[in-house]
Amino acid sequence: MIDVLYFAWVRERIGVPREQVSTDAATVAELVEELRAREERYALAFSDLKALRVAVDQDLTDFDAPLKGAREVAFFPPMTGG
Amino acid sequence: MRIIVQEQPFDLGAEANAFAASRTDMGAVVTFTGVVRDDPSRPLRQMTIEHYPGMTERALEKIATEARARWSLGDVLVIHRFGPMRPGEQIMMVATAARHRKDAFEAAEYLMDYLKSRAPFWKKELAADGESWVAAKDEDEDALTRW
Repeated sequence: MIDVLYFAWVRERIGVPREQVSTDAATVAELVEELRAREERYALAFSDLKALRVAVDQDLTDFDAPLKGAREVAFFPPMTGG
Repeated sequence: MRIIVQEQPFDLGAEANAFAASRTDMGAVVTFTGVVRDDPSRPLRQMTIEHYPGMTERALEKIATEARARWSLGDVLVIHRFGPMRPGEQIMMVATAARHRKDAFEAAEYLMDYLKSRAPFWKKELAADGESWVAAKDEDEDALTRW
């Protein structure tokens, strides 16, 4: 099981801030494919990966990052701090 | 080094004074404050900042630690708020202390450039015509290439 978190408009499109996902995905990209296949709201949220950023265990990373041993994956739009 | 992420407002004057007074061997203190900006052509009712608890503190600490490695700094302070805010409210501040001003100025700019696009905050604006997420600007991403 892995905790999957969503922020900003990704959270709004999917409809929940976090959920536990049972997955054998080896990479973030594989997890995204599994989520996309679930329901329309996921397919919509993940329709353009260039508009998304991902963090694994709270470190910013890429979609080809491995998920082995990961506890938490977060998806969100480009950040707007400051 | 202090990194503070909080919902409530902070006292800019008190924070800046305490920061400047904490060391006697620093000749330069630079502070920057980000303020919720109104737009007369589209009056803003509220800005709400969402963040990623845990990662936010971690990302800010990483950025501040990198600044301390690149410049000769005596101290760094970052305060960033989340939650709902009105136009004119202070969103965040950074302060840097150094023996000389060049280090303090450059480190403050570096902190701001990275904080804008590498710390997990997202801004949502509420105006008369509805709510919208603030889109990240290409120029903010481009700003990182100068470092």
